[in-house]
Amino acid sequence: MLLIQCPYCGERPEPEFVYGGQAHIARPQPSAELSDQEWTNFLYRRNNTRGAHAERWRHTHGCGRFFNALRDTTTDHFLATYKLSEPPPRPPAESAE
Amino acid sequence: MRDLTQARRGPLLKPGALVKTLPPATRFILRGGPAVRAAAEQALALEVPASPCRAALDGERAALWLGPDEWLLLASEGSAASRAPALSAALQALPHSLVDISHRQIALAVEGPAAETLLAAGCPLDLDARAFPIGMCTRTVLGKAEIVLWRTGTEAFRIEVWRSFAGYLCAFLAEAAHGIG
Ligand SMILES: [Zn+2]
Repeated sequence: MLLIQCPYCGERPEPEFVYGGQAHIARPQPSAELSDQEWTNFLYRRNNTRGAHAERWRHTHGCGRFFNALRDTTTDHFLATYKLSEPPPRPPAESAE
Repeated sequence: MRDLTQARRGPLLKPGALVKTLPPATRFILRGGPAVRAAAEQALALEVPASPCRAALDGERAALWLGPDEWLLLASEGSAASRAPALSAALQALPHSLVDISHRQIALAVEGPAAETLLAAGCPLDLDARAFPIGMCTRTVLGKAEIVLWRTGTEAFRIEVWRSFAGYLCAFLAEAAHGIG
């Protein structure tokens, strides 16, 4: 079974978690002056990364907390998980193949 | 109210694993920061664990870590044991949440040498005593139901489950018990 490192509980089985979409999306300011295009970008436009992707997860059936993860979208390998208050760690350099 | 006939039926007895319904209890969910935890410890005269996934037991009362700012407080039925008024008073000046959930869930005991095996039928956690020692507790899943699982002894677990899931959970455990012994 896929194990995910919860920053609070440690390594836990994947069925306890729920995916929460792309991470580090900040609402642009000032909100009242945004153009329709800026709103669209904020609400709907997301990266479709091939490789290391920063995304939100929630340990729903565990501690209940949201956290961020760096996951390789081609291998489903979790490179790192970190608390919401922490900056994203740099993904390890691609090994030459 | 949800029919608990199945949950109230006599203990499910199998060679190796016994599942029984535990008596009603007083339950609170406490939410808050480190200051709330410290104040609660003092008011309850009971350890409120700061370490993840750990339960503190004192006679008929217990405090279970559920999240970094969330605890499940258990006591035998009646507020005398839970000291809820004292706790409420002690937390008055602090931002917190204290909710009585006594009747939201029921408790089951799973006991016997096959207890781990029985729970493993529907719980994805590693329940070996080295990975899930006595005193460890956590929210997790059992079958399709969310539960709080607490290892109270070498061969003993306590399950806290929402009452509307109790019938399903008992049926699930009965089904799983067919594969044991
Ligand atoms: Zn967790």
